[in-house]
Amino acid sequence: MMNNLVDLVLAFLLLSGFGLLGSSRLVSCIRISAAQGIALGFLILAGNFGALSLRVMLIVAAVVALKGFVFPRLLVRALRESETSREVQPFVGYVGSLVIGVVILIVSFWLGLKAALPVASSLMVTVAFFLFLTGLFLIIARKTAVNQVVGYLVMENGIYTFGFAAAGEIPALVELGVLLDVFVAVFVMGIAIYRINSTFDHIDSDQLRSLRG
Amino acid sequence: MIASIYILMALVMAPFLQGVANRTKAVFAGRHGQPLLQSYYDLYKLLCKDAVYSRTTTWIFRAGPLIGLSCMLAALTFLPLGSSPAMFHFQCDLVLFIYLFGVMRFFAVLSALDTGSSFEGMGASREVFFSTLAEPALFFCLAALARLTGNISLSGLFAGATLSALPLLALVAVSLFIVFLSENCRIPFDDPNTHLELTMIHEVMILDYGGPDLAFVLYAAALKFWILGGLIVNVFLSFSGLEGAMLLPVFAAGMLALAVAVGVVESVMARLRLLKVPQLLVGASVLAALAFALVLRLHP
Repeated sequence: MMNNLVDLVLAFLLLSGFGLLGSSRLVSCIRISAAQGIALGFLILAGNFGALSLRVMLIVAAVVALKGFVFPRLLVRALRESETSREVQPFVGYVGSLVIGVVILIVSFWLGLKAALPVASSLMVTVAFFLFLTGLFLIIARKTAVNQVVGYLVMENGIYTFGFAAAGEIPALVELGVLLDVFVAVFVMGIAIYRINSTFDHIDSDQLRSLRG
Repeated sequence: MIASIYILMALVMAPFLQGVANRTKAVFAGRHGQPLLQSYYDLYKLLCKDAVYSRTTTWIFRAGPLIGLSCMLAALTFLPLGSSPAMFHFQCDLVLFIYLFGVMRFFAVLSALDTGSSFEGMGASREVFFSTLAEPALFFCLAALARLTGNISLSGLFAGATLSALPLLALVAVSLFIVFLSENCRIPFDDPNTHLELTMIHEVMILDYGGPDLAFVLYAAALKFWILGGLIVNVFLSFSGLEGAMLLPVFAAGMLALAVAVGVVESVMARLRLLKVPQLLVGASVLAALAFALVLRLHP
């Protein structure tokens, strides 16, 4: 039963990755990444269902609060000030992105088979690689700074899932430290988006090269 | 016995579903709407008329509706009813099933081109383009079901799903629904009500038909609606664990619910821009591919 629940959450994580690859509206990208953060919390809960300790509960609460609510709030605020609603012309189009998503999925399945780790669900390593590569792809293929931050968060989710799959028990101090790092990163990036916007009147990071003297 | 009743039910009820979808849209718009049996009246009226043929057309144009209708009748005999098999079934019949739709489309496109009208050529081009994108999704869906049940006959695909397969079947059902809307030219892909050449796909391809030929085309379209919708209803039926004659009323209720769902989708959504359509169809293929990949991984 618990394995079923873990598989369900993992399937949702895969689906959310494709949602991010296919949607052009920045607000819905942010919402999907928020849902992904909450799903990550559920994944930890379902994976530790037998042995729920206070430590696990604390980490789940921190993950859900930060990734599900604080980061989206920060990004939505940055977005509102920039008055951009959608990514108009990404480097790779949305249909192309979806096809590349399928390729990433196949590669992740292959990697998941290669990396024989003792994990609760055989799918978990695959999902970790998929999220990591999808995040990387989003950072490369999208122009707006908000989408790149979302890509960074997805990448971080992938690393987190991999850590959970590979080690299971990571010391709470390390996990909280990682969360703090991500928080600071997103915070700084939010400020950077604001700065880019006030300098250029848009949040297209591709134009930053015009700063060269 | 059940298989014969099932086919008879499809033949009789298929045009009724369009009436249900239209009535749902009318209720949403606050109108009274046309009678539920309007499709039957239309078919009867058309069958009583004579056909008129343009001098530029050849025998292809006249054969088109008959071939289309016979393809749909053939496909109907392969459509199973939940766990009970269809009238005809053999190994790998799902490939034949999908290509029967291909044959129908091929002749619809040929006869549209045969008229020499530029509008019909445009519709034919769109029809081919969209169905090229929809076909992989359909294949992936059926492949996922085949892998899940270990059965490569259409009749064995919808038997005894367990709760653990729920996410997979949900993905398959969503993907099938998108393909269903696209293949039947419903909103968000095409608006069945408009006669504006920019938005038409199916409508524009049959502009030159009249009389009995048009009746055949419309009836074949109703059967197509029934058959592709039947796949979706069957996916849900595979959970029910029902057997034998009990499946018939449940299936009919499912088809009515599907028609209502189509009406609701048409009422709350606008037609997509033509450029956005490939994105949605590729998305459907991706969902189906994801379902297939999950089946490979979770149910080896």
